[in-house]
Amino acid sequence: MFIMETKLNEPAENFSNNKRGKLTFKSIGAEYGIILVFALLCVILSFASPYFLKERNIVNVLRQTSINGLLSIGMTFVILTGGIDLSVGSILAFGGVVGASFSSSAFAALGGTTHPVILSFTIGILAGLGLGLINGTLVGKWKIPPFVVTLGMLSVARGLTFIYTNGMPIPNIDKSFLVIGQGELFAIPVPVIIFALVFLIAWVILYKTRFGRYVYAVGGNEKSAKISGINTRLIILLVYGISGLLAALGGLILTARTTAGLPQAGTSYELDAIAAVVIGGTSLNGGQGTLVGTLFGALIMGVISNGLDLLGVSSYFQQLIKGAIIVTAVLLDTLQKGNKD
Amino acid sequence: MIKEEALLEVINISKTFPGVKALDNVSLTLKKGTVHALCGENGAGKSTLVHILIGMYRRDSGELIFKGKKVDFTLPKQALDVGISIIEQELTPIYDMTVAENIFLGREPVKFGFIDYPRLNKAATDALSGLEARIDPTKKIKFLSLAEIQLVEIAKAISCDADVIIMDEPTSAIGEKEVKNLFKIIKLMKKQGKGILYISHHLKEVFAIADEVTVLRDGRHISTESIKNMDTSKLVSLMIGRKGEEDFIKETLPAGSSLLSVENFTKKNQFNNINIDLKKGEVLGIFGLMGAGRTEFFNALYGLEKPDQGEVRIENQKVKINSPRDAIKHGIALVTEDRKKMGLVLTSSVKENISLASLKELTTGLFINEKREKLHVNEMIHKFNIKITSLKQLVKNLSGGNQQKVVLGKCFLIPPKILLLDEPTRGIDVGAKREIYKIISTYTSTGYGVIMISSEIPEILSMSDRIVVFKNGYIVGEFNKGEVNQENLLHIAS
Repeated sequence: MFIMETKLNEPAENFSNNKRGKLTFKSIGAEYGIILVFALLCVILSFASPYFLKERNIVNVLRQTSINGLLSIGMTFVILTGGIDLSVGSILAFGGVVGASFSSSAFAALGGTTHPVILSFTIGILAGLGLGLINGTLVGKWKIPPFVVTLGMLSVARGLTFIYTNGMPIPNIDKSFLVIGQGELFAIPVPVIIFALVFLIAWVILYKTRFGRYVYAVGGNEKSAKISGINTRLIILLVYGISGLLAALGGLILTARTTAGLPQAGTSYELDAIAAVVIGGTSLNGGQGTLVGTLFGALIMGVISNGLDLLGVSSYFQQLIKGAIIVTAVLLDTLQKGNKD
Repeated sequence: MIKEEALLEVINISKTFPGVKALDNVSLTLKKGTVHALCGENGAGKSTLVHILIGMYRRDSGELIFKGKKVDFTLPKQALDVGISIIEQELTPIYDMTVAENIFLGREPVKFGFIDYPRLNKAATDALSGLEARIDPTKKIKFLSLAEIQLVEIAKAISCDADVIIMDEPTSAIGEKEVKNLFKIIKLMKKQGKGILYISHHLKEVFAIADEVTVLRDGRHISTESIKNMDTSKLVSLMIGRKGEEDFIKETLPAGSSLLSVENFTKKNQFNNINIDLKKGEVLGIFGLMGAGRTEFFNALYGLEKPDQGEVRIENQKVKINSPRDAIKHGIALVTEDRKKMGLVLTSSVKENISLASLKELTTGLFINEKREKLHVNEMIHKFNIKITSLKQLVKNLSGGNQQKVVLGKCFLIPPKILLLDEPTRGIDVGAKREIYKIISTYTSTGYGVIMISSEIPEILSMSDRIVVFKNGYIVGEFNKGEVNQENLLHIAS
């Protein structure tokens, strides 16, 4: 019978004891408890396995996290608007094979010649962007629920990928293409560098531009955003476009790592991306969450996978643990937010 | 003479939240068969007290005695079971459920384990008919206006048949006719021996219906008196702690040239042939009962809905407004009647909300100029006297009055040439209201114009240079200041 909207009647009170500018331990904990969790996790694993903190392993973890990291960044934008993108795994595959096809000497449909790498990358990314924009149009203009739209796109994109490749992997990829997956710059793997750059750009966009504010507003209250003069349709269109673009970029990197355009690549990747965003504290309702949170959500997942691998835990068991962690993380986050209120 | 027995006794209750003592040794007694009014400014502690009474919060100290027995609620359900029900100030129905389902949520009549819909709908109709509310019980709440939703909430609380009914701003959204019906029902409940705790900023109502009144200020109990020993100015000065001023009267300025003119605005089933001419420096008041088409007209003018026909001219130039963006570009700002649903982004901060409609102007190059943003936002905080702990504070944690000020701050930052205000002082206390009136007055004195929808007759009479009356979608009357009084206005509108 009683609905809990009491807070709105409360006088302006300082519920969080955040003194302006004062970076207390508690305030960091409240806002970014996830960083502490991550640190704790690393400490525990470093005791559990002597290999964990070895340079080679750290580099491995970062490299393995990069692709999911890219998808999670796009997913963050989408979820902040109150939506969801279930199609990123499939778009990843599509972008990956399209890019591969332009750099493969074995792809008959394009004449069996390799094209300049820049062309392959650009077309691959545009392919992902295009599918993302279709998602964005259906959600933003036609008001179809994001879950439904992207569920459909999940199948459609996967289908397109298989049709395009005739169900077969695309081998014989040009060496210059492989750099983005296998190359290193100052001993840092290129995928990690790409992830870091994309993260920085995304951070600046989300926190320093109008567009970023509009993303939060649309997710927080679409009607209010509209009344404030925001073109909500455009914002929604763009976030799904971003998600598709980053998924395709991830696909190109994956292709480079596996040296072949695989039509079955990226299956279920959307779940890991969503998990990273959710562990990072972003609310599925939209309007609340941070990019830094997603970063650490992705890192936590990467570190756990890696740690469990080092400890020789079977991958079946790993799946169970991953699921438990996702739920626990959200539970802790909810309780903590509940306390703050 | 039968001595009125105490139904609910509040004894020395205190409650502290982090950083604020919300209630400091507050006591009051609600007697059987009476209406006890609770008055105080925003932040005085009324809502906190009420939420302790219904079991939403636990008191830190003090006692609650209900019907002679000590009670200690840890869950709202306990309060409800014992016989205390509430009409909340902030309306939060379940939008996708029907009116009937909302009224009887948790108490649905059941037949063989399934909900008995015929009985449910009939019971809802009965509950609503007492209020003379013509609302279809099978309609989903999301299609109802704010006023209709409030009537549904009233029907819900009354149908619980509790002994103590707490009414927190129950008339904030409804019109005079419905208020009369509510009062009829309250008088009936008094005869039945129920006790009503009535919280309202509408002091006229308090004097019309209450037997006793308790004033709170800054969490403390200031006074409890029989209403016979009270008058408006005494009540106001007790509430604000200093001598209250006279009713605010806007200085009328000679109206300038045409600022906004609307010709033949029509939308089927909403409003018909609306013609309005707003002059520079003018406050045009729009009065009307629930359902008269005022808000719908605003929505069409602002570009949220498309009218079937009509022309808009700004400073004699024809303009096309197809979206809120267009409206803002032309210098029109809208303050909606439902700030939670349409005016604010509750999950964002005060700063982000205030700057939301002006980010384009605050951007240099690719990025938001944060220094300028803070400067302008702080100007608004200062101008509207918004009580916050920091710019980063989330808007959902502000009181209703301060939230409304945030919405006003956002609109004024644009800055607008024409302000459309839809019930701008709904749920706001006396002191804040005056502040807002002053600001509106200053705003128009610089040559801008305001169209204000209000259901509060004193407000519309004192603030408007001209008043236009809506009824069933038509304009049925137009008056200059001083040409109409309370009774006429009401008569024409109904």
